[in-house]
Amino acid sequence: MKVNSLPQKVLLKGGRIYNPVTDTMNNDNLFIVDGKIAKGSTSQIADAHIIDCKGKIVTHGFCDLHVHFREPGREDKETIVTGAQAALAGGFTRVCVMPNTNPPLDTPESIRFILEKAESVPVHIHPIGAITRQQGGIDITEMGLMKEEGAVAFSDDGLPVQDGSVMRRALEYGSMFNVPIINHAEDTCLRENGVMNEGLMSTRLGLAGNPSIAESSMVHRDLELGALTGGRVHVPHVSTARAADHISDMKKKNDNVTAEVAPHHLYFNDKAIEQFDTHLKVAPPIRSEFDRNALIQAVKEGVFDCIATDHAPHTIEEKEASFDLAAFGMIGLESCFGAVNKVLVKENNIPISSLIQMLTVNPRRIMGFGCDLFQDGVEAEVVVINPDVEWVFSKKDIQSKSNNSPFTQESLIGRPVITISKNTIAKMS
Amino acid sequence: MLTQKHLLGLEKYPADDIKTIIDTAFQFREVLDRPIKKVPSLQGVTIVNLFFENSTRTRISFELAQKRLSADTVNFSASSSSLKKGESFKDTAQNIEAMKIDAVVMRHPAPGAPLHLTKFIDAVVINAGDGTHEHPTQAILDMMSLQEKFGKLAGLKIAIVGDILHSRVALSNIHGLKLMGAEVTLCGPTNLIPPNIDELGITVNTNLDEVMEWADALNVLRIQRERMGSALLPSVREYRSLFGITDERLARHKKEIVIMHPGPMNRGVEIDSQVADGDQAIILDQVLNGVASRMAILYLLCGGKPEETQS
Repeated sequence: MKVNSLPQKVLLKGGRIYNPVTDTMNNDNLFIVDGKIAKGSTSQIADAHIIDCKGKIVTHGFCDLHVHFREPGREDKETIVTGAQAALAGGFTRVCVMPNTNPPLDTPESIRFILEKAESVPVHIHPIGAITRQQGGIDITEMGLMKEEGAVAFSDDGLPVQDGSVMRRALEYGSMFNVPIINHAEDTCLRENGVMNEGLMSTRLGLAGNPSIAESSMVHRDLELGALTGGRVHVPHVSTARAADHISDMKKKNDNVTAEVAPHHLYFNDKAIEQFDTHLKVAPPIRSEFDRNALIQAVKEGVFDCIATDHAPHTIEEKEASFDLAAFGMIGLESCFGAVNKVLVKENNIPISSLIQMLTVNPRRIMGFGCDLFQDGVEAEVVVINPDVEWVFSKKDIQSKSNNSPFTQESLIGRPVITISKNTIAKMS
Repeated sequence: MLTQKHLLGLEKYPADDIKTIIDTAFQFREVLDRPIKKVPSLQGVTIVNLFFENSTRTRISFELAQKRLSADTVNFSASSSSLKKGESFKDTAQNIEAMKIDAVVMRHPAPGAPLHLTKFIDAVVINAGDGTHEHPTQAILDMMSLQEKFGKLAGLKIAIVGDILHSRVALSNIHGLKLMGAEVTLCGPTNLIPPNIDELGITVNTNLDEVMEWADALNVLRIQRERMGSALLPSVREYRSLFGITDERLARHKKEIVIMHPGPMNRGVEIDSQVADGDQAIILDQVLNGVASRMAILYLLCGGKPEETQS
């Protein structure tokens, strides 16, 4: 990947411009002057830096509501600087970082810290604050002050809010600020010490199983609490058919519910763990083929608002451990589009426009970010996608500081080739 | 010779290899009946016994097998907690490999650890039990004992009784017995039967008397006393009444049922002393066959040929 500052005048020429807000696809040119979208400036084409976009789709830069950049505390795994590079490589111009850092982002000061660090990196970074102090699951944080500093949502991600009354209070309190509350929904009592999906595979491998109901029952609780309190429930990384059903049902009654699905839950099933591959150890776990198909069906039915990667870098040592001791999580920004485009668009005939909406306008709407990005004068957040290229994802495609990806050596379809963000242009090979 | 380099588990292990191991084990069994119980078959071969979890009988059985074969052995014991703190599993493995060894016999609390080890070292790896996954050498000695008793494995009806969920013995026995053409039924409390296990081609029946009516042999698993009085099991007396192999229960069935147990036994819980010490039990034969089986496994995986067993 080559990253340079954006030339003063850029012409993205001859591509298919897809506007996910209006859901329109046109063969057109896109002109960027001084880092901003410039409409009707065709007279200036002569001296512009021209990028041939023939056969490519030009659309809004992707937005990921769920990444872990590990700063502060675990800069050996990822930093805001390296995470931003991974985002660019995946076509993302805007990401929300989860607060399970060390110390956690549970004060207005820590939110400020992230935003200061993020100022100079070439993607937009928004911190998500912790729901509870120290992510302890007991006392709620200063959500008002944290929001004032720039927190866009609240989550104890990685740790479920196990206590239903705490979740209730957090939703009630958070409703004052109109922010999504994102609960990592896994009932820790039902999960016990499970390290993979409970089923035939966990039985065959002798590994402790994490049953679907650990997720679905807590998702159901959170949805009920959302209805009770009027708070905004955003359900992260849905992995089970049952949870998707609950979300689908509740969405018919409550507009305050949104949900995301992760590429790895759409791409893999638990049979892939046959060789104890720790790169597939993640929470919630990779589920059965039944669940995977149900998630794809739920995407078709519009149950999920967005794709979120849950990009979770870990060191080699943490992943080289035996399966029961290895860390949970995988990186996902760089491989995201190729994986979901392959599964959803190529294998399951979901329109690419729907997929792009799940990566652009929908997540921006959930977080209240400006989403009409092709208006004249708007700061350019653009991605150029080659939608049909088949490629094998490999270590050289990884920009993250860590390389714990189960997609390594996987054959993917479609990839972002150019990302334009914050006056920077990244070109992927 | 075997087609496989390692013995990590019996799932999908070639049936011909299992047969070769058992046949070779019977040859070694004869060696064990001689006054001088030692052959030079593995002279110059270095084997490390890598035990990350406490084990008495499996380790002694392997050590004896190695000594009978004249192999050089080193024992390494470490609690997994010390590994968690300091040196990584990979470093331990590579350090031992650097000392030029030919084979590793490993007991480890983590399922998949032996497979994991093969990624770091070139030596032959033999799984001596990996968590709640597999214990292939136990299953081979169990099958050898059944073959000794019945003269065959194909068509036998074998019941495995007890805590299947936490048992590596059960899983290896299921795979091995299925490969050799036996029928398997599992019998134990419903909450100690692993999910979807029937998809492995076995049946589950929680009624012990029905199972005994069906079975040629019972493989009785150890029930951990620590699990008593938890959400899994209410009490010893209830377990004993539902799943204990008592003298009275055995007497009720008017047929000879062979009784096996991988040890160590909880007498009075899963098995009564009268049964364990009775005529129908082959528990001590299993122990002896354990040494013979492990001799065969070590011998075949460390470069020996079946016909050289007499040398």
